[in-house]
Formats: sequence, structure tokens, C-alpha cells
Amino acid sequence: MLNRYPLWKNLLIVLVLVIAAIYAAPNLYPEDYAVQISGSRAVHQVDDRIMAQAVNVLEQQGISFKSAELENEAGMIRFDSGDAQLRARAALTTGLGENFVVAMNLAPTTPDWLTAIGARPMTLGLDLRGGVHFLMEVDTVQAVTQRLEVYASDIRTTLREQRIRYRSVELEDDGRLVARFADVEARDQAQSRLRRDFQEFAFETAQQDEAWFLYVTLNEQTVRDIEDYAIQQNLTTLRNRVNELGVAEPLVQRQGRNRIVVQLPGIQDAAAAKRVIGQTANLEFRLEALSDASRAATEVFEFRNDPDRRATLERDIIITGSSVANANATFDENGMPQVSITLDARGGQMMSRVTRNALQRRMAVVFVEHKTRTVMERVDGEMVERRIPYTEKRLISLATIQSVLGNQFRITGLDSPRESSELALLLRAGALAAPIYFVEERTIGPSLGEANIKMGVTSVQIGFALVLVFMAFFYRVFGLLANVALTLNLVMIVAVMSMLGATLTLPGIAGIVLTVGMAVDANVLIFERIKEELRSGSPVQSAIHSGFSRAFSTILDANVTTLIAAVILFAMGTGPVKGFAVTLSVGIVTSMFAALVITRALVNATYGGRKLQKLWL
Amino acid sequence: MINIKKEFNFMGVRRIAAIFSILLILVSIGSLAINGLKFGLDFTGGSLVEVTYDQPVELEVVRGHLRGAGYGDAVVQTFGSANDILIRLGEAHDPQLGHTILEILQQEADGTVTLRRNEFVGSQVGEELREQGGLGLLVALIMVMIYLAFRFQFKFSVGAVLALAHDVIIVLGFFSLMQIDFDLTVLAALLAVIGYSLNDTIVVYDRIRENFRILRVSESIEVLNTSLNQTLSRTIVTSLTTMMVLVVLAIFGGEMIYGFAIALLAGVIIGTYSSVYVAGNILLLLNVTREDLIPPPPKEEEEEELVP
Repeated sequence: MLNRYPLWKNLLIVLVLVIAAIYAAPNLYPEDYAVQISGSRAVHQVDDRIMAQAVNVLEQQGISFKSAELENEAGMIRFDSGDAQLRARAALTTGLGENFVVAMNLAPTTPDWLTAIGARPMTLGLDLRGGVHFLMEVDTVQAVTQRLEVYASDIRTTLREQRIRYRSVELEDDGRLVARFADVEARDQAQSRLRRDFQEFAFETAQQDEAWFLYVTLNEQTVRDIEDYAIQQNLTTLRNRVNELGVAEPLVQRQGRNRIVVQLPGIQDAAAAKRVIGQTANLEFRLEALSDASRAATEVFEFRNDPDRRATLERDIIITGSSVANANATFDENGMPQVSITLDARGGQMMSRVTRNALQRRMAVVFVEHKTRTVMERVDGEMVERRIPYTEKRLISLATIQSVLGNQFRITGLDSPRESSELALLLRAGALAAPIYFVEERTIGPSLGEANIKMGVTSVQIGFALVLVFMAFFYRVFGLLANVALTLNLVMIVAVMSMLGATLTLPGIAGIVLTVGMAVDANVLIFERIKEELRSGSPVQSAIHSGFSRAFSTILDANVTTLIAAVILFAMGTGPVKGFAVTLSVGIVTSMFAALVITRALVNATYGGRKLQKLWL
Repeated sequence: MINIKKEFNFMGVRRIAAIFSILLILVSIGSLAINGLKFGLDFTGGSLVEVTYDQPVELEVVRGHLRGAGYGDAVVQTFGSANDILIRLGEAHDPQLGHTILEILQQEADGTVTLRRNEFVGSQVGEELREQGGLGLLVALIMVMIYLAFRFQFKFSVGAVLALAHDVIIVLGFFSLMQIDFDLTVLAALLAVIGYSLNDTIVVYDRIRENFRILRVSESIEVLNTSLNQTLSRTIVTSLTTMMVLVVLAIFGGEMIYGFAIALLAGVIIGTYSSVYVAGNILLLLNVTREDLIPPPPKEEEEEELVP
């Protein structure tokens, strides 16, 4: 028994280590303070002309920068200090105008040859670089209710077109639509017609006194589709809004059944971010009711800037804000703020169809805002918070239709330029399909992030150094070999984390420190086994051999069970906990490789292949 | 170095160890029932604001400012240094609260106040986390039990899981007794304790399994004692290195990591104890024998063994 590894095995180990070293390398290069310039819409591309303009702005303001270059259709300007970055952002935001978004960023300084093979540094979590984290809940119940209101309108239209007489079509509190009829024939006729037009409905009938009722409910699948759609739509809208905010590397992601997580690294003004992200406003365009319209078909609204003024509008909505393709804040001839709107094709068609038959009538713009009131209630002796959603609908303007409206028109009657620009942004980014509530918010200042990194790195260094000293002292030559393997293990953890694109968080660093402590375990198990074999009188080479092979099953069982715990942690956890689970899992796997393969190779290289009488262990 | 020549009779004191363990568990459960856990923001919901003053500030002064603005129930404490102030508001349900607090402090303070951290967690989210955390622990226990039953034998998996439950209960009891904040990172630490404690127990069990197969002694208690002695120096070395880095983390890792390091430290100490005294003890209670680990021998042999 000579304990030698075949050449291919040694080469394989070297290969693994070289790859690990290369992919871990980008983390050694410090990041630059940078601002990133991108076009706010697809039509505004950042090109050399814009970059020249940006450089010009910076030179005028006397802000020095390291480099300015164009990367993937976005401008990246690097600075020496965070202060220059802050001043540059302010200067560029005004200097380049609202067609371009200027975002603060940390730019990696990874050399090109590393980037070319896909090596990137680990991304830092919010707790390490500062920023804002929001967790939002989508009110899916509200989404279904909103859709039911649209259905009610559709049903009314269908019945009218088919000349089926009905008394009313209403949405009940229990989420059912109820249509009332004066006679049974009309109801049956309506039911068969609706059954043909709307496959997603389920029907029930009832009769009371002189009224016949048709109850309409949505089938399960449709409800789920509406909910899913609402969340998808909200995700898209939130992404658009976040882009308008100008954040580099934002994260907008669905979490669980009805939650959305938004992370904005580098943003400090959480309140401003929240105002834009959480805005739930939408617009509705409706015709003013004719004086002879039945009460069931109309609704009364207050004016937004004059609550005493009211107007009666038709219940049917022509279009909503979601048909808006583009919106810009401008001023009218009198210098009053207004929003110029361009509708999409379908919205334009609807608008011209309705306005053609309604010339000289008045059209209203309704501002719809979903709000919530939070109340504390006592349920079974426990204080529980309950949210009561309510919708506020106010009139912005009521204007006479002078000509057939196409897909371009203007909204007037706004209070201030700020209001017109926020409304324009909102209409551009799209409305939320369902109201959202903030259920979690975390803002981490940049100073805390830096402090966290520093403390994390210090503890890794000290902990690691202590373990190295301890092992060298305790197991002498074998300890030194184990130390080499432990160091390589650390490199491998960093490499794998970087390759996976995992995010490093504070608990993640703690996970690395813990792994360092636990990674010695496999080595200890092996060395203790070798000692035992030596004590029982085995010759040196066979003691080494059986030490490794006997410790193997123990190491495997012990690590697999820990891995099970780590994987469950990953599956159930969120955010920082997930980060911890990732480092722990990666650490378990690499430390097994380090102890069983690398330490073995080192021991073989040191002691293998020759006759030994004694082992210094 | 540590060349343990002496054979310790670990299982000889198993009754004392059992009483000690039961006592610890009773105290833990008692404290959990009476004091409960001091759940952090992650689990209770509410608001938390961490600010830094440019000079040390008296807590009473900050409290006074907040009281003046109508936040009399705010918990104000230092966080790491005298410049660093942590403000907690319990049943707050207003996501804007953090900003309001910062504004109040900025108005009142002489120097500058900068925001380090502002967190708001809805109470519903906190409740879900609590449920999920408990569920996570349970799922982890069950999965591990299945793996061990498959790799070892049923009695071993019961032993490992009971030893594990022992460790988790006592660490929880420790947090309850000391009234240390129990937040998300502590929960993560608790799951890491599961991993560590199992690791330790399995190393011992692995040796017990091996010894049952190779040692020609009839008494289970002897097999256990030999196994524990053989793994003793490994148990000590690994626990020492792990504890070493955890102490470093507790000292240098900063306030946000402190709870994590303490939880793990407690877990490692109790896990080391339980892998020596509890895991083996339970095997003896379950009356583990060689036959549990080797394929059942032919019938006559079994009858022979029944008569000593």
C-alpha cells in the first residue's frame, strides 16, 4: 500500500482548483463608484453624442471622473469617491433632461479577460451595500371584484344589444353578480344568451315576489386566472415604475402566492420610492349621463378640487388608464398643467366609436385611487390589525366633446405641474391591476452596509487564522496539510458562490465563518482515525489508507444530514436566511471535497510512495 | 497532544446525565411557558429605526423627544455604541412611522442624525414567519429521521432525533431565560444547530454501529463506552474549533450577528454534551443490541444467545 494518486487524479484536482481560483478572482477587485445613464424609453438611446454631453456637464461642474464609456447601450461613468458620484448624479439628472435616467451604481472593475469567461464578483445583499427592500401584498380579492364590475358592465351591454329587458345588474357583497328581471321568460332568455357568450360563468336562479333573479358566479379556474393575471400585471407595472426611478440592478420578483418583493440597492429616500411604486391611482373615462337615464345605469361623483360640485355619469366605462400608450406632462395655452395622452389601438377605436355618437355631450375623467384604512380590532382577546380597502373616485374634469376623439387627446383640470408629471409617469408605467399593500419595509443606510462588510470580513479573518494556528499546533505536518486544504476550501466557496450568482448577505458571511469551523471536522475525523490505526500497530502506509477509507462513511453521513437541514432552510427561508442556507450548503459540499480529495492528495504527495517507520502526527 | 489513555466510563453516569438533561428540559419548557420567547421584529411585526448621532446621546433625552411627539411607548436602547440608537415601536401599523421618527429626532437633536436602518414588518408577515419557522424545524427533523432510519436503523434514528429535540428545546429555553431577541438570524442559527448536533451524534453513532459489528463483547453498554472513548478526542477538537470561530463572530461580528453567534454557541455546547451523554443513553433505553445492526442470524443461534 503506497498511497499514491494516479497522475490523472492529481491533474483533475489541479484543474478544479485553477477553475476555482479564476472564478473567485473577480472578488479581489474593488468596485468603483459609478453612475449609469440609460434611456427612459426605448426611443431614447444612449449614444456617443449623449455621452459627450454628459462629459461636458461634468467638466462644467468641475467633477472629476475616472472613465466614461458606453456598455450595452448604457453609459457608465466611474468616479474615485462616493461624494463625486452623488454630485455627478445631481448634475447629470438636470443636465440630460427627463429622457434619460441617471442611476447610482457600483461598477465592478473585473478585467475583461475574466468577464469574457463569465467570471463575476458576488453580488452583495442589501444589508451589505445599503438600499431599500419592500415586500408588497397584492389584493387579489380586489382584483376579482374589479373584474366582476367589468363583467357587470359587459352583461348589461349584451342584454341591451339582445333587447332582453332587465331591471338591474349589480355586484353583491358576497362576490356574486345578480341580474333582476320582471318576468321569467326574460330571465331564461338572458341565461341562455349569457351561457353562450361567457363560458366562465356558473348560473343559479331564484324567484321572490314579482322578481326573477339570475345569480352569476365565476368558476374556480377563472378566479385563479384573474389573480395570476393581476400579479403578473402588477409585476410588469412595478418593473416599469422602478425603471423610471433610475435604480441600477433592481430586483422585482414574485414571492409566494400573492406577494411581490422589490429591492432597490443604493436608494436612500425610501419615502419617495414608495410614493411612486405604491401609487395605486388609475383613470376612467366616462360619458356624462343623459337626463332621462335610469338611476340603475348612473353614478354620482364629486369633483376632486371642489367637493360640493357633483356630476352624474354613466356607469359604463369607455376606457381606463391601461389603454394609455404614452403620456407626457405639458402646459396648455394658458400655462395650466395638462397631460397629453396617446391611446393604444384598441383604446383609440373604443374612444372614437363612443365619441362619434356623443358629440356635444360631456366626457368625464375620473381619478380612481385604491386606499386602505387600517383598524385594530379585538378578536378572541387578541389585537389584530385589519385592513379595510376602499376606493376613492373623484372627477378631474368634465369637458364637452367637440369632435370625434381619436387616439390622441389632453386631460386638463390638474392642480399643479407636479401632479401632471406624476400622473403622466403613472399612465406611462401603467396602472396596477390590483391594489398593493406594503407589508414589510427595510431601509439600510450605506454606512451600516459598510460597517457590516468590515465586521464580517474581520471575523472571517480572525476566525480563520485561529483555526489555522490550532490545526498546525495540534496535528503538526498533517495540520499544515489540512490548512492548505482549508484555504483552498475558502477559495472554492467564494468561486462557487460567484458562479451561482448568489447574493452575499451578512448571515451568509456568518455561514462562511461557521463552515470554516466545521470544515476542520472532516480532517479531524480522518487524522484521529489514522492515529488510532497507528496505535493499534498498523504500519504507517496502511494506517493512512484505512484512516481515510474508514472515516469516509462517517463524513458522508454527517454531512448529508447537515445538508438536509440546509436545503430545508433554503426552501422555507427568505432573503438573508436563504443567503445563509446557500453558503452553508456550498460550504458542506466543498469542505467534503477539500478533506476527502485535496487533503488526501496532499498527504499522498507528502508521505505516499515510500517506506516510513514513524508518522509525526 | 491530548492523548487520552484513560478510558472514561461515560455510560456509568448515565442516570445522573439523564436527570441533568430532564432537569434542563423542564427548566427550558417552564421558561418557554412562563416567559415565552422575546420575539424580534421579524416575528412580531412593528417598526424599528436605527439612527446614529454624531456624538454620544443620553437615552433619556431621546425618549423625551419621542414622548413629546406622542410616542411614549417606544423602546429606546443603544445598539453597539453610545452614538447608535435603536428605537422599536410595537404595534405600529403605519409604514410611514420610520420616516416620521427620523424627522422628529433630526429636528430635536443638536448635531446631525443619520438613518442607518429602518424596518417595518406587518404583523401578518411576522405570524407567517413564526408558523413557517416552526414548520421548517419539524420538516427538517422528519427528513433527517427518514434518512437515518434508512442508513442506520430505526432505533438510531429515534435516538438522534430525540437528542436533537433535546438540543433545540434547551437552546430555545436558553433564549427564553436570557430574554435575548429571537429574530430571523437566530432561527437560521437554530437550523444550523440542528445540522451541527446531528453531525456530532452521527459521528458517535457511526462508531457504535461499526463496533457492534467488530467487537466481540456482549454488553451494549461496553460497546457504547468504547465508541464514545474512541471518538472523544475528535469531539473535543471539532467543538473547540467551532466554538473558537463562534466566539470570534460574537465579539467581532457586530450587533446584527450577535444573536446568531450566541445561539450557535449555546447549540454547540449542548450538542457536544448530548452527543456524548444523551444520544447513547437513548440507545440503551431502546435496548439496542447487535441484532439490530446485523442481518438476523439463523434461528438456532438466536436461541443459543438467549441463554447466557
